[in-house]
Amino acid sequence: MTGREGLVIVGAGQAGFQLAASARSSGYRQPITLIGGEQDAPYQRPPLSKAYLLGRSAREGLALQPARYFEDHAIDLRLGMQAVAIDRAGARLHLQDGSSVAYAALVLATGADNRALPVPGADLRGIHSLRTLREADALKDELETARRVVIVGGGFIGLEIAAVATRLGKQVTVVEAQSRLMERAVTPEISAFFSREHREQGATIRLSASVTCFEGQEGAVSAVRLDDGSTLPCDVAVVGIGVTPNTQLAVSAGLHTRNGILVDPQLRTNDPSIHAIGDCAAFEGGDGQIRRIESIQNAVDQAKHLAATLCGSQRPYEAVPWFWTEQYECRLQMAGLTSGADTTVIHGNPEERSFSVFAFRNGQLIGVDSVNRQRDHVRARKMLASGQAMTPEDLASDGGASRNTGVPVSAGAERV
Amino acid sequence: MQIKVTDHNGIEHDIDAPVGGKIMEAIRQAGLPVAAQCGGCCSCATCHVYVHEAWLGQLPPPEEEEAEMLELAEDCREASRLSCQLTAVEEIDGIRVTLAPGSQL
Repeated sequence: MTGREGLVIVGAGQAGFQLAASARSSGYRQPITLIGGEQDAPYQRPPLSKAYLLGRSAREGLALQPARYFEDHAIDLRLGMQAVAIDRAGARLHLQDGSSVAYAALVLATGADNRALPVPGADLRGIHSLRTLREADALKDELETARRVVIVGGGFIGLEIAAVATRLGKQVTVVEAQSRLMERAVTPEISAFFSREHREQGATIRLSASVTCFEGQEGAVSAVRLDDGSTLPCDVAVVGIGVTPNTQLAVSAGLHTRNGILVDPQLRTNDPSIHAIGDCAAFEGGDGQIRRIESIQNAVDQAKHLAATLCGSQRPYEAVPWFWTEQYECRLQMAGLTSGADTTVIHGNPEERSFSVFAFRNGQLIGVDSVNRQRDHVRARKMLASGQAMTPEDLASDGGASRNTGVPVSAGAERV
Repeated sequence: MQIKVTDHNGIEHDIDAPVGGKIMEAIRQAGLPVAAQCGGCCSCATCHVYVHEAWLGQLPPPEEEEAEMLELAEDCREASRLSCQLTAVEEIDGIRVTLAPGSQL
């Protein structure tokens, strides 16, 4: 094919898959090529650190669609294939096998890679990270025989793995560099709740602690050393300290990046025939802030939005962020973004493992974190989507309690 | 067991559903384009289906979590259910459902 036609998508994760599927269901008739670096056909990542790792969901159930879906919808799925360069002038994408694909629209859904921990011993056997199905399989295998597990990083991934390992009867320690868990994403009240929950379930939580090195025996990890000089013996270590967006392809093609591939409200890069979506895309929110969101909701909503754009829509991208995590019997659901809150109000009862933290800035609701409280989560998503105003006073008159004003959320200390 | 699923274009498909599994998973594994964005943990309302009138009474009523999440579903009706919360059991062999708006991939 030499003409400029067709949609070429780099990355067959949640965003890339969703775009191919939504383009077809929106009536896009030109060829679609979906290029994935992994060998496995598009699958769901969220269960990898939850039910799948625990052995409660089967591998077959992870597929986003069966193989015949791609045939039925004329989606040319190329797996185990890396894109190596973009020829913008010729509108062609070059692949690692020397071939190239012409495009009318090119979409970078390249995702992100786990950040490595640059300390001595980081390449010892038994040190894992988790993003792909194969990494989940490797971790699952080693957890079977492990007795002591150290998780480096108290974010969502680390804590989900800690919950699974604890349930599997392992002796688990979580090491977090910040002063509270999930610091970037949740309110201090939620951090404190989950510290307590993990400790009650038997895990050890070490806050404000950094890893200085991994120690090994015969090439395998045997301990993690911390900056206070203490040593945590372990059979398995997992590093979950965040990700870096995959921007190499964009950078070498001269596309603008800033902690992600910069896109406009139509999700276009500075080349109008190239777009970026999902974990790798840095976009301007309704408030004018540039942000990059690592979530299923963001991947799916941006993909759906772009599919509509490719079929002629002019609407700018706008969506209420939402996210969830499951640890033990606690499901945390987040609506909106709570960072930068100046007031928080607790609704419900943390002791009963059912409560929400409503976060406000300048008297307006910006986000809600809910533990086992679907009602509040649903209500928050509706209010944030409709732009309906809600003040702390509205909530107080509705049975809210434990108002905490004047303390910036980011500076909140943990109460454990 | 069997389920009859009407897709977003109005075409009915007979699909197999393993007993004990979730109906959403059976729909997805049959290659029908159901979004089921959250993977079946009752967090998104994008596996929304309308259950055919004759079968509605055969199902246990929605739990609180499902009923609340249905509030976010597009064009929610009396027959609305989240298919990730419906288990395939012999008693509902042959059940008929229609993929609701907002559930397409």
